[in-house]
Amino acid sequence: MRTGEKTRIVGAAVPRKEGVDKLLGRARYVDDITRDGMIYGATVRSTIPRGLIRSVTYDRRIDWSEFTIVTAADIPGKNHIQMIFADQPCLADGVVNHSDEAIVLLAHPSKHKLREAVSGVKIEYEPLPGVFTIEQSERRQIIVWGADNLIKSFLLEKGDVDSAWSGAAHIIEGEYRTGAQEHLYIENNGMIAEWSQTHGITVWGSLQCPYYVHKSLLAVLDLPGEKVRVIQTETGGAFGGKEDYPSTLAAHAALLAIKSRQPVKMVYDRMEDMAATTKRHPSRIRHRTALDQHGRLLAMAIDIATDAGAYATLSSTVLSRATLHASGPYACPNVRIRSHAWATNTVPYGAFRGFGAPQAIFAVERHMDEIAAALSLDPVQLRRINFLHKGDTTATEQLMREPIILDHLLDRALSESGYYGRREQFARENRLSPVKRGMGIAAFYHGSGFTGSGERTLNSVAGLDVTREGKVRVLVASTEFGQGTNTILTQIAAETIGIDYDDVLMAPPDTSMVPNSGPTVASRTSMVVGRLIERAGAQLVARLRQDTELGETFTRQEFFSACERYRAAHGEVVSLCRYQAPPEVFWDDERYRGEAYPAFAWSIQIAQVAVDLVTYAAEVEQFWTVQEVGRVLNPVLAGGQIEGGVAQGIGYALYEKVILENGHMANNQMTNYIMPSAEDVPPIHVFFEEIPFSHGAFGAKGIGELPHDGPAPAILNAIRDATGVGFHAIPLLPEDLFALLAAPEPVAEAAAR
Amino acid sequence: MSPLKATIRFIVNGERHTVAVEPIKRLLDVLREDLHLTGTKEGCGEGECGSCSVRMNGELVNSCLVPVLQAEGAEIQTVEGLASSGALHPLQQAFLACGGAQCGICTPGMLMAATQLLSLNPNPSQREIREGLAGNLCRCTGFTRIIESVIAAAAPPAGPARQASHAR
Amino acid sequence: MIAPPTLSAVLELMASQPGQWTPIAGGTELMVAHAAGRLAAGRLVSLWGLSELRFIQSTPDTISIGAGTTFRDLRADRGIASSLPLVARASSWIGSIANQSRATIGGNLVNGSPAADSSPALLVYDAEVELISTRGSRRIPYAEFHTGYKLSVLEPDELLFAVHMPLRFQAHRQYLRKVGTRRAMAISKVALGATAMVVDGSITELRLAAASLAAFPTRLFGTEAALLGKRIAPRAIESAREALVAEARPIDDIRSTAEYRKRVGANLLEEFLLSLCSGETTE
Repeated sequence: MRTGEKTRIVGAAVPRKEGVDKLLGRARYVDDITRDGMIYGATVRSTIPRGLIRSVTYDRRIDWSEFTIVTAADIPGKNHIQMIFADQPCLADGVVNHSDEAIVLLAHPSKHKLREAVSGVKIEYEPLPGVFTIEQSERRQIIVWGADNLIKSFLLEKGDVDSAWSGAAHIIEGEYRTGAQEHLYIENNGMIAEWSQTHGITVWGSLQCPYYVHKSLLAVLDLPGEKVRVIQTETGGAFGGKEDYPSTLAAHAALLAIKSRQPVKMVYDRMEDMAATTKRHPSRIRHRTALDQHGRLLAMAIDIATDAGAYATLSSTVLSRATLHASGPYACPNVRIRSHAWATNTVPYGAFRGFGAPQAIFAVERHMDEIAAALSLDPVQLRRINFLHKGDTTATEQLMREPIILDHLLDRALSESGYYGRREQFARENRLSPVKRGMGIAAFYHGSGFTGSGERTLNSVAGLDVTREGKVRVLVASTEFGQGTNTILTQIAAETIGIDYDDVLMAPPDTSMVPNSGPTVASRTSMVVGRLIERAGAQLVARLRQDTELGETFTRQEFFSACERYRAAHGEVVSLCRYQAPPEVFWDDERYRGEAYPAFAWSIQIAQVAVDLVTYAAEVEQFWTVQEVGRVLNPVLAGGQIEGGVAQGIGYALYEKVILENGHMANNQMTNYIMPSAEDVPPIHVFFEEIPFSHGAFGAKGIGELPHDGPAPAILNAIRDATGVGFHAIPLLPEDLFALLAAPEPVAEAAAR
Repeated sequence: MSPLKATIRFIVNGERHTVAVEPIKRLLDVLREDLHLTGTKEGCGEGECGSCSVRMNGELVNSCLVPVLQAEGAEIQTVEGLASSGALHPLQQAFLACGGAQCGICTPGMLMAATQLLSLNPNPSQREIREGLAGNLCRCTGFTRIIESVIAAAAPPAGPARQASHAR
Repeated sequence: MIAPPTLSAVLELMASQPGQWTPIAGGTELMVAHAAGRLAAGRLVSLWGLSELRFIQSTPDTISIGAGTTFRDLRADRGIASSLPLVARASSWIGSIANQSRATIGGNLVNGSPAADSSPALLVYDAEVELISTRGSRRIPYAEFHTGYKLSVLEPDELLFAVHMPLRFQAHRQYLRKVGTRRAMAISKVALGATAMVVDGSITELRLAAASLAAFPTRLFGTEAALLGKRIAPRAIESAREALVAEARPIDDIRSTAEYRKRVGANLLEEFLLSLCSGETTE
């Protein structure tokens, strides 16, 4: 294992591999690409949240002979897009279960005529009653999914929770809610599909997981694997929002391409993308906590409910991660977590950076501050005395074998932020100032990679080849969408082999050219796929040494010469490796016990927030984030990931609200769905610590999602510190702060609405 | 019946162009479709995200809101006009070194806004940079390294100009 | 869409086919509507580039701003900065830098949103608007320009030509604050503007104006009456708050609630009045 060795390329701030093209405006995103004879596609969507489709009529004033029309009847294979369950239709067939559900697809050479035509398709429905909240779904008076609206449930038990209440010095309860959140990648979803008799279907598009799309197309189009080719184009942001949705869009474009016999481009505009594609699951999480007289945790009973939307998509795995992050980075002998994912008649929710952890961590970290207030304890102290340490077990009874330095991270965060000094200063100033300031903390972990036996199931393959032109290529289906995949994987390859960063390229993310290294999700790319590349590089060098007399040490030129000798003998120079599970990873999916994750990244975040009592607006003025991530493969990229995740977390807490009317997103424009601008995001101070993880590439653990887990509770804890009032729901907008902070206006006379 | 077209003449990145298009066609679409300059991007179509920012007659504009008729006779600069004969513009070099671009979709517009800012205010403060770039939304970076990049590009050169190189 | 080369050509067109042509200046409003399918492409007459509309003229008593003047022009003008600082501040609120270089003061007023950024400042500066057609021109107080939600006194053949403001507020206390959804690129939830003369602790002159407290930007005459001639003291502030809350007619919409708007409007008023006591200018 190479951790601890000095490295030249890994750990250095080498420039982004595809950076120059992006800066020159040369990078080609899907909407920058045209194919010969290409026409455009559009979607007719439901305008009601639930009902039967009674009729579809086409306006007689339009010449429909110019258009290609596709409905469910045109689907040659299975009419479903399957992530986990096979419940989501590719196109609605006789029934719709959410607003903006796709019903009819149209294609035409003119984008302008296409838009008119979409309005010209009239759908008549027989509406059915729908459910729109977790509570409505739970009541089961109206069943909209399966037998009882319940898409998934988990029960996790450790110790004996029921026996703990009687001996507890304190029992504290709380209920916490999080709203939906839109990814708002600046590049909307888009696909181009092209059909040929000889090659089958090829799709190019903005996506995270080429092989997910590939698998979906096989099912929908009823084609063999070699007749489907998926190519990722330069992707302008994803954050989980392009993990599953692209399979649907690719299927739509492909169906139009097959029927029209022409390449079809479908690129959503912002309004359609916001209304019709996935968002973060809303949640309601209840805590009941028993503590002893010193504030040590005796028992945690937690109830998690998520709103899954109309179809399952990834709701069961989101619920799983929420469950596994719900008890926080704390040692507790008795834990019971019940979790449920409920179906509603809203646009299906899906993956979004954090994947259930932001929801769960919001609840537990807010709850810790409520406990601290109830017990008159310092919220810092309360956390410190309950932190997990090496040798403790988690709620799933996973033994923490790696060092955990939460104490040190906390000390560092307190010191870098001047936490206590600032709190004292604000306590004085707040007395007279109309702007109240406070400091808030969040402590958390994020499990790296897929849960439990997920990586075993993925069984990823990745590796390297060498071209005749003297370049090493990384062969992965892992995609770049800003987070730095291209850069870190080529760094790893170059370092492992002992050549230059510029000697290594990424092979095109094209399913006809690269193996399935698994989806680009779950913060697994550095740790899992990077490790495969590391092993493939070592394997390649070993083979060259064995077969071509490459020496113990060698120069770049000697390496490439050896490759050519190898090619002469073997025909090609390829080195692939398959995933190997770390030996101690054992997971019981039935009882939800065991090694939930092979590794954890740890973080303490501190927010300084100002609440203006004139406007009731809360703003984050400074933010500090300290994290232990195994190994920082590239400090510029890693820092950028943390800063970006914090900014999204700030949006999640204070700005981003999805307003639903009858299950349709009413504020589906950037002017009304508010993400923080450059003037709203504060200075973000980032500090890394490293404890190399022996099974991750060069010691790396995952970092992409970690930073989004903490800002919301840290910010609301700071607001509690500033105002003395605890808020339990996000997004927390000024109108919500107003509701609890403002005394009633003395005069009764109010204009009637 | 095809809509009436107008002949528009303008200069883009120093080159003269003449197009015959519908007068209300968005400047953004004319750049991307008629001139095949796809560097300028569409993110929202409503003038909120700034991905479509270009410089027109020395001003920063959202090209998704400019009907091409109003660009008659204009001098326009897009991201493709920043670098000169193979050398990255100092802003591009700074973005590369400081990590100012992640997914890159906001980057062309961001570079235009930063170019505009530095043309008027060669040594802006952090607050001034945040205001100058407030019309360009970036979902990846949290803006931190974009601001660092602009500060780095604005700083007077410490020594001989460096080529964009690999090590920092 | 056409672009006649002169103002008189535009006015001729509008006179010959009244109500048939929609004037478009910088397009920051209308191009959004067009993209959303809410505006037909035919019959747009472009005002962009008409130098007759884009000017800032000062006399010793007045500043006149052409309707085609952009907010960037306004921000860059030294005369506006020193004599009409609230207009400079309001101009910095418009969208973003890129929007400011295209959005015009005429477009902002004629679009007639209750949340219009420039309106409160113009109202407390006693602005007059000049409307022009082939029949001639007329001037009316800006306070009388809007008649309802997105409705104005503009005749179908008329254009907004200019905004005139008297330079008599230099010695007045001034205040302008906008509350939006974020610090930049935010549509106003509520905004308050004020100019006041205070003599020996009493308000001798007062103009108050608000955005988003009614169907259009409006002076708060009832609240002004409650304060005129009063000493600035807790009782007066309290009754002024009550007057504002009684006078305001905000709505619940996608951005905010009526209750929030009323309360924050009252808070802004109180912030302004307190600043009069302490001698500070705020925001």
